[in-house]
Amino acid sequence: MSSVDLTEKEPELYQAREPIHPKSIKGRFRRFKTSVLVLAYGIFFLLPWLRWERPVGPDQAVLFDIPGRRFYLFDLVIHPQDIFLLAGFLILAAWLLFFVTGLVGRAFCGYFCFQTLWTDLFMKVEYWVQGDRNKRLKLEKQPWNFEKWGKKGLTFLIWSAIAFWTGFSFAAYWADAPQLFAAFFTGHAVSAAYITTGILMLTTLVAAGFAREQVCIYMCPYARFQSVMFDKETLLVSYDVHRGEGSSGRKPLQKGLMTLEERHALGTGDCIDCKLCVQVCPTGIDIRDGLQLACISCGLCIDACNEIMTKRGWPEGLIRYASEQEIETGEKPSLLKFRTIGYGIATILVTGALIYGLLSIKPADFSVRQIRQPLFVMMSDGSIQNNYEMKINNKTQKPMDLRLDLEGLRGAEVSIGGGFTDLKIPADQTRNYRIHVRAPAVSGVGRQEITFKLVDAQGRMAPISQESSFNYK
Amino acid sequence: MSQTPENKKGQVETTGHVWDGDLREYNNPLPRWWLWAFYGTIVFAVVYWILYPAWPYAGTFTKGIETVSFTVQDKDGKTSTVTEHWNSRALFNKDMESSPSALAQKEWLAKVKDMSFAQIAANPDTLNFATSMGHALFGDHCAACHGTGGQGVLSVNPDGSYPNLTDNNWIHGDSYEKIVSDITNGIHGNMPAFGALFKGEKLNDLAQYVLSLSHQEGVNEEAANRGKASFATCAGCHGANGQGNQMIGAPNLTDKVWDFVDVPGAKTIDEKVKLVEGVIDHGLQHQMPKFGDRLSPEQIRLLAVYVRQLGGS
Repeated sequence: MSSVDLTEKEPELYQAREPIHPKSIKGRFRRFKTSVLVLAYGIFFLLPWLRWERPVGPDQAVLFDIPGRRFYLFDLVIHPQDIFLLAGFLILAAWLLFFVTGLVGRAFCGYFCFQTLWTDLFMKVEYWVQGDRNKRLKLEKQPWNFEKWGKKGLTFLIWSAIAFWTGFSFAAYWADAPQLFAAFFTGHAVSAAYITTGILMLTTLVAAGFAREQVCIYMCPYARFQSVMFDKETLLVSYDVHRGEGSSGRKPLQKGLMTLEERHALGTGDCIDCKLCVQVCPTGIDIRDGLQLACISCGLCIDACNEIMTKRGWPEGLIRYASEQEIETGEKPSLLKFRTIGYGIATILVTGALIYGLLSIKPADFSVRQIRQPLFVMMSDGSIQNNYEMKINNKTQKPMDLRLDLEGLRGAEVSIGGGFTDLKIPADQTRNYRIHVRAPAVSGVGRQEITFKLVDAQGRMAPISQESSFNYK
Repeated sequence: MSQTPENKKGQVETTGHVWDGDLREYNNPLPRWWLWAFYGTIVFAVVYWILYPAWPYAGTFTKGIETVSFTVQDKDGKTSTVTEHWNSRALFNKDMESSPSALAQKEWLAKVKDMSFAQIAANPDTLNFATSMGHALFGDHCAACHGTGGQGVLSVNPDGSYPNLTDNNWIHGDSYEKIVSDITNGIHGNMPAFGALFKGEKLNDLAQYVLSLSHQEGVNEEAANRGKASFATCAGCHGANGQGNQMIGAPNLTDKVWDFVDVPGAKTIDEKVKLVEGVIDHGLQHQMPKFGDRLSPEQIRLLAVYVRQLGGS
């Protein structure tokens, strides 16, 4: 068993990857990790298939409709002009990440990250097909015979199926899922669907099947800068070095060193050097070497160590979530530290801003553009006419009945091109109108500020207005 | 240069060439994957030459065996398949026939084809289609003279003027049918020169009278009154009151709109008088070409819808 130790040895420029075969383990953190996995997969794989009836638009609960330029999230429909909300969402995600990292270290990596989730599933497949660590190591060493080809082949086959379904599920968020499913397998889907599925299948296979911990250690940028979010009070997966090593280091169980009393009397620590914590680690590190970059805080070593401690009847927590300060001085970390409060406030503020943004999406927007060729026209009776191009976008799921008012121009006559008197905008659609404004000529005035106002005839929407100008010369 | 068999295990391989006693040439071969990728590009290039246009020779070039096929529909509605060698022009042609936007346009065209003008104008959707397509056609065929927005050109030189289509003044009438027939058949605008009939004082009086019809400021009332008698000559076309005649395209002289000389732009009454005198003296010869053989009847219909709504009719 080799461990990737980045704290002491000079890292080499390139080294062939040595496969890691983690042992499976039961325990609190394993259960939490599995429940997050089930929840995340449940959402990712089933969500595109959830139907959702809308008055206008597709019947899919979550659909990112790029050609139609709409993002459908249940009853929320995001139009291109409201896409800034996405930025708000990303900012919130970032602050939430900082907040969690400041509090409990790299927990995101250990439980929620896609890389972790898919690697975990792929390892489970290995476990089902090839058996646990010992059997896998044996299989690794044996020559390529029928058994090895069969087991490795079956593993790869199941991996490929999962990777394919991962790619397809992703593609299903961007098109009507059942339709895409039928089209995909009859060869009628758009090429983008095949390319997306193919690329995601390939990257999933490579990242979760073969690259695994190398992604966390060498590729992931977050691994590089997360340490700046840590402080002495951040909860990290820690090996209680004082307890484990004692004054004369860790020693395996042997005659005369079987109970805690015997061990403590001889100055030996509680760690019996069983190496189970190393064997269960998905990144193959030894947590007893201290805080290191490759640790993704998944807590499986805690489960492993606790299992041994319980078996011996010794207190748990030789490896546990503890802050650096706690290990050093025994002081429990305070959760209400400046950093946590700061990140917490920022998170709450961004959440508030996002909610405000969502609630204040305008049900309709319109723009008025003055037609500049010509800027003004003299009519046969000597009055002046200006023309405008008006675009009204009804973002609601119901038709709108609007009235156009003009403010700021005395004696003005407004007419809508085509002779329409009311503006009926169908649900979720855009209409263009040509607006003619006619006013008596005024000598000495070149330009007049005017305001177009759209009033909802049913009164469901507060009037919205747009500034423009009227030119006399 | 001497040959020395010096390659030891664990060291970088040398080619065995030695200069000046100790200068050795290392042999650092490229990674194998790199080499295969290089061979791959050569194979790719050969396949590409065969499939696509590639090699120039003697005034032409190899066309490649890849083709682009698409169906086209002629005027009578007959469809046929066209196959061209692959090139960007063929791809463009295919797009123009069968891209989603081309198909959508065809669908809309079919929809408005049998609609009356009133029906097209009554629905915001069909009106939008007609005006946006009409706008594109206008840009291609009409904008050179009438301006991109239909604003026309109003110059002091009557021959350099093109009517403004965005006002509410229609020289030839504003019915859809009339606009369609004008675009299809073109327009010959002709006012004879009256220079031989009206000269000097008489010409000035008539011009003053014409300007007084539209209540221009600074008109000499006396002269205008004198000129009124001469206007009888003009009344044949422009009507007894100068209100024009759309049947023969004689402009209304009593409104504020001037189509052929820039009277509103002239600063003094003398300049205005001079402009009008020029028209009376030399007459007007205007011609708009006929577009009936350049545009299809459908295109002309859409153009008419666009032109008619320019001024807000």
